[in-house]
Amino acid sequence: MTTFHTYDAVIVGAGGAGLRAAIEASDRVKTAVISKLYPTRSHTGTAQGGVCAALANVEEDSPEWHAFDTVKGGDYLVDQPAAQLMCEEAVDAIYQLEHWGLPFNRTPEGKIDQRRFGGHTRNHGEAPVKRACFAADRTGHMILQTLYQQCVKRDVRFFNEFYVLDQLMVEGACAGVVAYELATGEIHVFRSKAVLYATGGYGRMFKVSSNAHTLTGDGPAVLFRRGLPLEDMEFFQFHPTGVYKMGILLSEAVRGEGGILLNSERERFMERYAPTVKDLAPRDMVSRAIFQEIKEGRGDGPNRDAVWLDVRHLPREVIEEKLPDVTEFARVYLGVEPTTELVPIQPTAHYAMGGIPTNIDGQVVLGEEEAPVPGLYAAGECACVSVHGANRLGTNSLLDIVVFGRRGGRHAAEFAGDAELPELPERPDGQARDMVDGLLNRPEGANAADIRGELQDSMQELAFVVRTEESLRKMQSILDGLRERYERVYVQDTGKMFNTELMEVVELGFLLECADALVAAALARDESRGGHYREDHPLRDDANWLKHSLAMRQPDGSVAMSTKPVKLGPYVPMERKY
Amino acid sequence: MASNTNELGDILDASDLRAAGAGHEVTLTLKIRRYNPELRGEESWWDEFEIQTDPDDRLLDALHQVKWYHDGTLALRRSCAHGICGSDAMMIDGKNALACKVIVRDVAPRVTIEPIRGLPVLKDLIVDMEPFFAGYRSVLPYLINDAGEPDTERLQSPEERHRFDDTTKCILCAACTTSCPIFWGDEEYVGPAAIVNAHRFVYDSRDEAGKERLKILSEKTGVFRCRTTFNCTDACPRGIEVTKAIQEVKRSILFDRF
Repeated sequence: MTTFHTYDAVIVGAGGAGLRAAIEASDRVKTAVISKLYPTRSHTGTAQGGVCAALANVEEDSPEWHAFDTVKGGDYLVDQPAAQLMCEEAVDAIYQLEHWGLPFNRTPEGKIDQRRFGGHTRNHGEAPVKRACFAADRTGHMILQTLYQQCVKRDVRFFNEFYVLDQLMVEGACAGVVAYELATGEIHVFRSKAVLYATGGYGRMFKVSSNAHTLTGDGPAVLFRRGLPLEDMEFFQFHPTGVYKMGILLSEAVRGEGGILLNSERERFMERYAPTVKDLAPRDMVSRAIFQEIKEGRGDGPNRDAVWLDVRHLPREVIEEKLPDVTEFARVYLGVEPTTELVPIQPTAHYAMGGIPTNIDGQVVLGEEEAPVPGLYAAGECACVSVHGANRLGTNSLLDIVVFGRRGGRHAAEFAGDAELPELPERPDGQARDMVDGLLNRPEGANAADIRGELQDSMQELAFVVRTEESLRKMQSILDGLRERYERVYVQDTGKMFNTELMEVVELGFLLECADALVAAALARDESRGGHYREDHPLRDDANWLKHSLAMRQPDGSVAMSTKPVKLGPYVPMERKY
Repeated sequence: MASNTNELGDILDASDLRAAGAGHEVTLTLKIRRYNPELRGEESWWDEFEIQTDPDDRLLDALHQVKWYHDGTLALRRSCAHGICGSDAMMIDGKNALACKVIVRDVAPRVTIEPIRGLPVLKDLIVDMEPFFAGYRSVLPYLINDAGEPDTERLQSPEERHRFDDTTKCILCAACTTSCPIFWGDEEYVGPAAIVNAHRFVYDSRDEAGKERLKILSEKTGVFRCRTTFNCTDACPRGIEVTKAIQEVKRSILFDRF
C-alpha cells in the first residue's frame, strides 16, 4: 500500500535547520515536516557551547570581524559573500530566538551573555573575543526546544518517525519525496512543489564520533543516488575533545572558559602550535596537534593515544553553572571527577563541512554555473553553502541552521506560492519499494552490523585526521568490498511495525554512499587545507586547489570528481597562524 | 604505566580497564519484556540474552549487541546515546532511566528491561508517545508575550533567568511521567513532564500567560492529582527537581494572585 499526500512544501528533517525552515514555510504555504525522529530527539539538541553573533554585549565586536574569522577559520575555502551575509544576519537571528523565549544566560545588565570560542577573535586575530551567546552548556538543546515550541504554537504538521527513501524528480525539477512510515511499514509519496532537506550529518561512518546513531547522511545520499552532486565532501571536522574511546563531545566551551590541554608530560602543548590563541585555536589545528603529540610519543593512557583536558584550576561555580552537562559526561562515562582529575580525551568525528551544494537561498545548485534545481532546497549540516569552507568554527553550525534554515524555508515557500503543482513521475514509489522489498525478501545474507563495524573501523584508520594517497586508495577498495557485501545484506525482521532493523540497514546504505563520496573527494584533493590533511601533501596549494570539489555518482557506479571556483571577497588568502 | 601523581594513577587504572576490552569483559544477562503483535498476537513475553560485554559500555551498547547479533526484531528507540535526545527511556531493574546513561558495570551480571509504563506498548520497548506529547501541548509550551518585540533582546536579570533554570533542562523523555503512579492509573492526568514545561514558562519573567497556564493546571487533570511520591524526581535523567517544580506550581495556584 502506498499513501499519497500533496503539499506546497515538505521539509525533510526536524533539527534546527528543518524546524527553522518549517516555521518560515508554514506561515506562508501548506507545509509538512517529515522526520525520522520525534523533533526534540534531533541532534541539534546535543550542541553545547554557544551560537556566535557580534552583539558586542560584553566586548567590542563587529559582524565584519566575525566574517573574517569565519573565512580564515575555513582556510579560505569559504564562499565569502555567504559568510558575510551569515555574520550580518546573525545579530537579528539571535534576537529573534530570544524573542521566541530562548533562555540565554545573562550579563549583570540583563543582556545576552557571551563567551569565548575557538577561532573567534577581535579585529582580525588580535586576541580572543567574547562572541558566543549561550545557555549554560546546552545551547543546542535550548535552540531545538525553542524552535519546536514555535512549531507547536503554529500547529505545524509533522510526520514523525518517517524515513526519507527517495527524491522524486521530473524533467530536472523537484516533484516530491518518498518516505517510509516506521510504525506501519507503509510507503508514503509526498507530491510537493518544494522539498527542503535538513537531515544533518553523517559522522557515523567513523568509529569514534560525537554523532547520534541516526546521523547517517540520508539527505545527501538520496540525492547522490539520483545523480546530484555533493560538494566538498573531503572536509570533515574532527573535534579535538571527545570522551576517550566513546567520542561523546566535550564542548569547546570548556576551553573557552579556561580549560587547557596537556600531553603525557603535563605540558600545555598548544602553546607551541598556536602561540596567540593557544588552546582556542580552530578545531582542525588542535586535532592535528593532538595527533602530532601522540605520534611523537607524548600521548597518554595505556595505548598512548589520549591527551588530557584540564579544568581543575577553574572556579567551581564556572564548572557547575556554565559547564554542568560536560562535567556530568565525564563523571558518568569516564568515572572521572573533572574538578579534581584530568579528563582523557581524543579527537572525535564531529561535523560535515561538505554536503548538498546550495546558494544563499538554500536552493540546490548544479555544476560550476550553479544552476538552481527548481523546487529543491537544503539547509544546515547536510548542505554546503559554503560558510564553513575547509573547517567550521565552533558555534557557526548553530548560526548556520538558524540563518540558512530561515532563508531556505522562506525561499522554498515563495517558490511554492508561485509554482504549479508538479506531475508525479510514473510509479513514484518504485525505487523505494524495490529497495525495501529487496531487503525484506532475502532468506539469508551478510550481517549489517559487521559491515557497519568494518566501515567505521577502516574509516577511522584510513580517512580520519591524517590521510595519504595510500590510505585513501586502500579505503576505496575496502568500500568496494563493503558495497558488494551490502548488496547481499540480510534483515531478520520481516515485520511491518517498527521495523527498526530494516531502517538501520537502509541507513547503512546511505552511510556507504556518503563514505564513497568523501573518500573519492579526499583522494582527488592532493593538498592539505582545514579539516583535510594529506600527510603526503602537507601544504595548502592555492594555485591548484582554491576551489570547491563536486562528487557525482556515475551510471557505472564510479564517482566522478570536478571542481568549481570559490567565491572570493575582501579577505585575501594568507597563511593561517593563530 | 608512567604516572607522576596519584590522581593520574587512578585515571590510568580506569582507562586501563577500558582499553583492555576483551580481556576484561563481563557476562551480562538481559531479561527483556517483549511484545510483537505481528509475531505473537497480544501476549507479551520475556526473553533472556546472555552476552559478553565491556563493563564500561552503556546498557544501550549491550542492547545493540543483542539486536545486531542475536535478535534483529528487538525494537527500541535511541539516537544520541549520551543522555540528551531522550529517546531511550525504559524501565531498567524496575526504575525508569535512559539506557544510554546506565553503565553495564552498575547492573551486571543481570538486568531486567521493560518498556516505560502508562503508555500503550506498540512493540517491545517502543510505546505510543502521542498521549505524552498531547499533555505537553496542552500547557501552551511556548513563550507568550504580545507586547511587541524590542529591537534587541528583552532584558532579564541573571536572578530572573535563574528562577526557571532547572526546568529548561527537560528533554521530554517521559521518564518522569511514566514513573508516576497517578499517571499509570489516570490517563487524563497531564503528568510531571507537562507541568515541568509549564513551570519553565510560568516563572519566565518575559512570559505573560502564566495565569492561563495555571488555570489549565488547576483543572482536574492538573497539578492537584500529584501525591508527591517523588518517583518523578528520582527518574529524571537530567536531575530536574520535578516534584519541587510541581509543588511550586501548586503554591502559585493557591496563593498567588495571578
